[in-house]
Amino acid sequence: MHMSFDFPAQATRQLPSNLACRCVKVDAASWRRAAEELSASGGRFLTLWGADDRGRDGRFRIYAAYLLPQDVLVLEHDPGDVANPTYPSLASQFPSALRMERAIYDLLGVASTEPDNRGWLRHGGWPETVFPLRRDVDGTQQYPVVSEAYPFLQVEGDGVHEIAVGPVHAGIIEPGNFRFSVVGEKVLRLEERLGYTHKGIAKRFEEMRQHDGYRLAARLSGDSAAAFSWAYCAALEAIAGTVCPPRATNLRALALEHERLANHLGDLGALGNDAGFAFGLTQFSRLKEDLLRTNVAAFGARYLMDYILPGGVALDLPEHASRALLDQYLTLERDVKNLRSIYDEHGGLQDRFREAGRLEKDLAAKLGAIGLVGRASDVCCDLRVDHPWAPYDRLKATLVTQTSGDVAARVQVRFGEIGESLQLCRMLLEDVSSGPIRTEVPLAEPDRLGVGLIEGWRGPVMIALETGPDGAIRRCHAHDSSWQNWPLLEYAVLGNIVPDFPLINKSFNLSYSGHDG
Amino acid sequence: MFDTLSTMLRTGILTEPAPVSTEAPVVIETLQKDLRNILGRALCLRHVDAGSCNGCELEIQALNNPYYNLEGVGVKFVASPRHADLLLVTGPVSVNMEEALRRTYDAMPDPKIVMAVGDCGACGGIFGTSYASRGRVANIVPVNHTVSGCPPEPTALLRGILQIVRSKFSDS
Ligand code: SF4
Repeated sequence: MHMSFDFPAQATRQLPSNLACRCVKVDAASWRRAAEELSASGGRFLTLWGADDRGRDGRFRIYAAYLLPQDVLVLEHDPGDVANPTYPSLASQFPSALRMERAIYDLLGVASTEPDNRGWLRHGGWPETVFPLRRDVDGTQQYPVVSEAYPFLQVEGDGVHEIAVGPVHAGIIEPGNFRFSVVGEKVLRLEERLGYTHKGIAKRFEEMRQHDGYRLAARLSGDSAAAFSWAYCAALEAIAGTVCPPRATNLRALALEHERLANHLGDLGALGNDAGFAFGLTQFSRLKEDLLRTNVAAFGARYLMDYILPGGVALDLPEHASRALLDQYLTLERDVKNLRSIYDEHGGLQDRFREAGRLEKDLAAKLGAIGLVGRASDVCCDLRVDHPWAPYDRLKATLVTQTSGDVAARVQVRFGEIGESLQLCRMLLEDVSSGPIRTEVPLAEPDRLGVGLIEGWRGPVMIALETGPDGAIRRCHAHDSSWQNWPLLEYAVLGNIVPDFPLINKSFNLSYSGHDG
Repeated sequence: MFDTLSTMLRTGILTEPAPVSTEAPVVIETLQKDLRNILGRALCLRHVDAGSCNGCELEIQALNNPYYNLEGVGVKFVASPRHADLLLVTGPVSVNMEEALRRTYDAMPDPKIVMAVGDCGACGGIFGTSYASRGRVANIVPVNHTVSGCPPEPTALLRGILQIVRSKFSDS
């Protein structure tokens, strides 16, 4: 992949990050042209966000981040006229940008040229004229909810009817709204409506201190606490010029891999269950529980909410815990191998998994599939492999992919990644060098933008952090890969039968909270 | 089939005694006894995520794993609030979930017992109140009991359910 035009050197600056990262200021024409070229050459669109800098230099800013083979490219654009700021939509090149653009409008009042102006995060909980991420808006002000109708797209035709599901679901899961248009049992169209768990995280960050923000980052999506808190710390440490001690870096990676293991184990059980094989749920939830209990000994808690913090980690790994971990990996490996062959050979299970929710490679790539869902459709991307940061630069992780893009493929990627994660955990424990687990992170200079990018179990999570004066946070944008993959679920389910939706949805297992913010 | 059966046999029954936690089996046994004596039937739970980060959900789900085996002692999750004795609510209540939470609560039969789960449900947690968050669950619907923790461990949730059974259902 190569961009046929270069950006002028004076418009380019390096950004502090755990990956190579540069930021280029562009006008509307270059913003649009870059999107066209990047999309034509297979560039990956990562995220989009905006900031209110009217108080600083009289303008709003919009940023788009792309993953290139050699680095992360952040484009910075001035959307002009502060009374009516507008920027060119990226949605025709990168369809997943559409919902991000709607979210930016809801929070910041900066519009893209895309005509879909239905609220995405704003459901009537605050007035249309209030843009909470603007700096002159008091984020603690509360408003009465005014219910607003949401025009779902209608499918018309003989025998077509609609099924509305949500936002409260019949299970112990997060809330979201799904509108199916069906004929008989067959799904003709699915439209998602998300945003129900929006709790104002971006604005909340701005009330926090730089050194405390990791706690909020960890709670963006509780199943990805290690990934998000690491991304946050990576951004902050890069801005402050801090290098985390090697032992702490290894322990962070160990925590991240444990998070991957726990989620994959949980999903494999739930997927078995959703296909009528309760045995799978029993077995995998047992293995997951064992791992969570080990987490208590190794990291101080079952879920790693406050383990990764600025400068290192909260707790050292005791020698005996490290030995216990190695033993547990052996058992886990043996049990998962056994369960994998049971899953593979179970005709009824495979019958439900195969062909269900298929997402072909071409479509997946075109729509910007990323992370685990991408890898199951042979879209090869894993930051640990293609953009390794410390300590993954040493570990040489192996990419796990599948080609069939169906539920079966997403099951297989999880199995494969459990094996790979266990390998990485062993390597991490083998050379977990002695030494400090934490170093001091000095107060970062104000007005610096830094980026943290970590491959969580679902896919890449990103934090773009901008510092304020005296240890304040000026702006913090958090991005979960679910933003990219939610729209793909709408395609994967087409032509399937409604009763297969829970299974297909589970095979994606996307985050609501991480998406809604 | 053979593999499946032999795995089942090798795994055995994990519910009692739980290998690591010494507390869980005691709470589970007491809960089972109390349910039988006080309620004389299964306790039906409904869960609503009113804006959580999903951490609390994971620990509530864990209650159904073979170690805690909540269903085995007569506590089951039901798909409709109309069937629920007890509502578990997680998260700070987001403004976007406020109406759905109220409706769920209204749909419950009396005596409408509510347990707010997690630091967020108990006090708003790290998210607090804002343009997008109403904070603790009690700001929106009446709450009978809170279980704090971020997320609360399954044993804490079990103790919370046990306490509710004792205090709220003993005279109903
Ligand atoms: S209490 Fe903690 S785990 Fe539960 S929803 Fe709040 S932040 Fe998430």
